[in-house]
Amino acid sequence: MPLLNQQIQDEKDYSLVASLDNVRNLSTILKAIHFREHATCFATKNGIKVTVENAKCVQANAFIQAGIFQEFQVQEEPVTFRINLTVLLDCLSIFGSSPMPGTLTALRMCYQGYGYPLMLFLEEGGVVTVCKLNTQEPEETLDFDFCSTNVINKIILQSEGLREAFSELDMTSEVLQITMSPDKPYFRLSTFGNAGSSHLDYPKDSDLMESFNCNQTQVNRYKISLLKPSTKALVLSCKVSIRTDNRGFLSLQYMIRNEDGQICFVEYYCCPDEEIPESES
Amino acid sequence: MKFRAKIADAACLNHFTRVSSMVAKLAKTCTVRISPRQLNFILADKVASGGVSMWCELEQENFFSEFQMEGVSAENNEIYLELTSENLSRALKTAQNARALKIKLTNKHFPCLTVSIELLSVSSSSRVVTHDIPIKVIPRKLWKDLQEPVVPDSDVSIYLPVLKTVKSVVERMKNISNHLIVEANLNGDLNLKIESELVCVTTHFKDLGNPPSASADASHGRDPEQMAEVHVDIRKLLQFLAGQQSTPTKAVCRIVGDKVLHLDVLHEDVSLQYFIPALS
Repeated sequence: MPLLNQQIQDEKDYSLVASLDNVRNLSTILKAIHFREHATCFATKNGIKVTVENAKCVQANAFIQAGIFQEFQVQEEPVTFRINLTVLLDCLSIFGSSPMPGTLTALRMCYQGYGYPLMLFLEEGGVVTVCKLNTQEPEETLDFDFCSTNVINKIILQSEGLREAFSELDMTSEVLQITMSPDKPYFRLSTFGNAGSSHLDYPKDSDLMESFNCNQTQVNRYKISLLKPSTKALVLSCKVSIRTDNRGFLSLQYMIRNEDGQICFVEYYCCPDEEIPESES
Repeated sequence: MKFRAKIADAACLNHFTRVSSMVAKLAKTCTVRISPRQLNFILADKVASGGVSMWCELEQENFFSEFQMEGVSAENNEIYLELTSENLSRALKTAQNARALKIKLTNKHFPCLTVSIELLSVSSSSRVVTHDIPIKVIPRKLWKDLQEPVVPDSDVSIYLPVLKTVKSVVERMKNISNHLIVEANLNGDLNLKIESELVCVTTHFKDLGNPPSASADASHGRDPEQMAEVHVDIRKLLQFLAGQQSTPTKAVCRIVGDKVLHLDVLHEDVSLQYFIPALS
């Protein structure tokens, strides 16, 4: 690819250079957090973290570790910029989102530093696309202070167990109520919609349940409109870890296996909607 | 004025159905020109008034086993009709796997193109489906606006790359911008480019080859590296690409700098010319 080489004369000038043989290993993960237009990117020697937030209540992070890339160089840490995720995804899938079998789109990504555009060089079958994406001032992202020592309840499920439940969530309900408990009903998803309430229980010894660590009964409500976008990650994932801490904050961690069999993680944090009166639980 | 024709061969029938659905994707209403040797599908939004135009041509004898026509007069032995392209393509869709197809000019309270399709059935009795497509007969004095467009001298003409790749690139670009810059040179390079406040995207195609140019062309004596460019409405190009369901036998793109993008495509024996005017 002579074009690619001539445009990047000196890699020392770049704060970030990354290349990937299969662009879908990046674009698929980014699609899992694409529920808002803009994202903030943080790159360190370990890889890239891309963060999307909504309503100061929900945050999604996609981690693409350095090992996923065939080449990954970061000069000064951390490299931070904000970008239009919708446009980035359009660029990454410029050769189509479901390419013909046997053809891969290669990517080379370069960022010169603050104030510079993010350069993307994509190549498929000898055709090269060059994208110059303008970057924006990075914004402060939320710190959910979700600490594993404060975790009260933790469940790991095979994603297929949750997939149907999430795709059929009663969206007329304002909230999704999650019950986690060492006793019955163990793990319950409830909605309260126009057509009535619905409860979905997962037994502790279900085949779908990979691990069950609940210490204390917790009933928390989360805005359904904020959780629904996590379905995008759920659909791609093979396992999901559901955790709540002592404040009722929810962490959903999705394990996603890419086309080369490597594992990536996407996580969603969501704060609880409201305190629930004793009588209702 | 008379017209009746029949297609009896399955391959011809499928090909004709494909042509009609391609036309339907390119033009909402089109003009059908019937002459003793050819059938044309015409869209003639004047380039000058900002529209696209299309000229699709097929030899009648390659499709029809019977073809009888009588034009408006002996010296003007042609018929021009206007119809909604979707109506024709929808009628022909039922003709897939049919035994035969008949097309006839009729008058059933209003002028119609009557399409009768003889379908195969398990029993020996055959079934016939008939569609009456309303048409408007175009009077003689308006014919002059519907003649084969003159291809202007192009600055650069170049073979198009695989249309599927072009289509997916243009589809993504459409999400970002309404304007597309098409540039090409005589060295086989073609670039598709969009520029917006957020992003600049350029897709480079290489080694496409240039068709041999007629010596009268504006491209004669041109520096092979020098790009000719034209700005077009991205939706109009996408409309053309969406209509190309099968891989064409030949596809050429001609750029008449800042005037028009001319796409010249051959599907076996059906030729399609599509003109997208330049945006100023």
